[in-house]
Amino acid sequence: MVLNDTDHALIAATCDGLPLVARPYAALAQQLGMGERELIERFGELQAAGLVKRMGVVVRHRALGYSANAMVVWDVPDPDVERIGRLLSAEPCVTLCYQRPRRLPRWPYNLFCMIHGRERYAVQRCLDQIIESHALQSVAHEVLFSTRAFKQCGARYGNMRKLREYAGAVHG
Amino acid sequence: MQRTRRQPEPVSTPRSLSALEKVLLNDFQRDFPLCSEPFRVIAEQCAVSVEEVLATLQSLQERGLISRVGPVFAPRRAGASTLAALAVPPAELEAVAELVSSFNEVNHNYQREHEFNLWFVVTAPDPACVASVLEQIGQATGLPVLDLPLERSFYIDLGFPLWC
Repeated sequence: MVLNDTDHALIAATCDGLPLVARPYAALAQQLGMGERELIERFGELQAAGLVKRMGVVVRHRALGYSANAMVVWDVPDPDVERIGRLLSAEPCVTLCYQRPRRLPRWPYNLFCMIHGRERYAVQRCLDQIIESHALQSVAHEVLFSTRAFKQCGARYGNMRKLREYAGAVHG
Repeated sequence: MQRTRRQPEPVSTPRSLSALEKVLLNDFQRDFPLCSEPFRVIAEQCAVSVEEVLATLQSLQERGLISRVGPVFAPRRAGASTLAALAVPPAELEAVAELVSSFNEVNHNYQREHEFNLWFVVTAPDPACVASVLEQIGQATGLPVLDLPLERSFYIDLGFPLWC
């Protein structure tokens, strides 16, 4: 999908959220000098192209009390990575699931997932259930709870240089 | 893809939240209506007025419980990024964490319970910049840096189920 200047402006105007007014798309459209219907249609296209992963309420886990957060790392035999990656990513309490390289001998793990919960025991229970229901007992894993956030800032797409890089990657 | 809940966790819901707040937080993380009056659609589903929906969302935002209502863009695939880790002697952890956080290219930096106890994400315009940041961190700390770039994502963002 080729992003045009309007798309870049649209992304920049909405990365901090939609205006909380009765007709948010009309308000945005006026700001961007386009029609409301045109803007709504373009949003639908951006969603269909995978640029917008979802649209809705973006919650703050920690503020809502979901402060326990574990990175679970697995040493999955290479032929099984895709199958197990898909299983993990479909679990409701798993919030990320990525394949990364092993760095032997110190780092044997190639599949990473994140589990969030209100408390540590809830995260551990969720993990126990995942292991049991998918028969992952033989897959070596470790659980790395986070104990402190030293720095945390979300990805922003608010400036044009970054937007152009972003667009370039989507084209490629 | 539909996510199914296996067994609900026995955790309580925060008493300070109203029923409408809980519904807005949990049930509207995706499929936000693409129509002229999206908040009216939500209001009708919740059997409340559109003004009430808007005021409640505004309040949730002001209280820091939601960051926004809107699109979640796919992670930036342009440029380059990596997840990196260091095994820092505990006595030096704070100082090393501060050094790591001082790089603009570092946007997340966490302590985790493991021999590799400091985990951070480096994002830069190109792979050479990422490599340079890792090298600088390695040289400044004298510690080998574990470089674990993303190879493949299996995750589909459907929002985060609360009170599950």
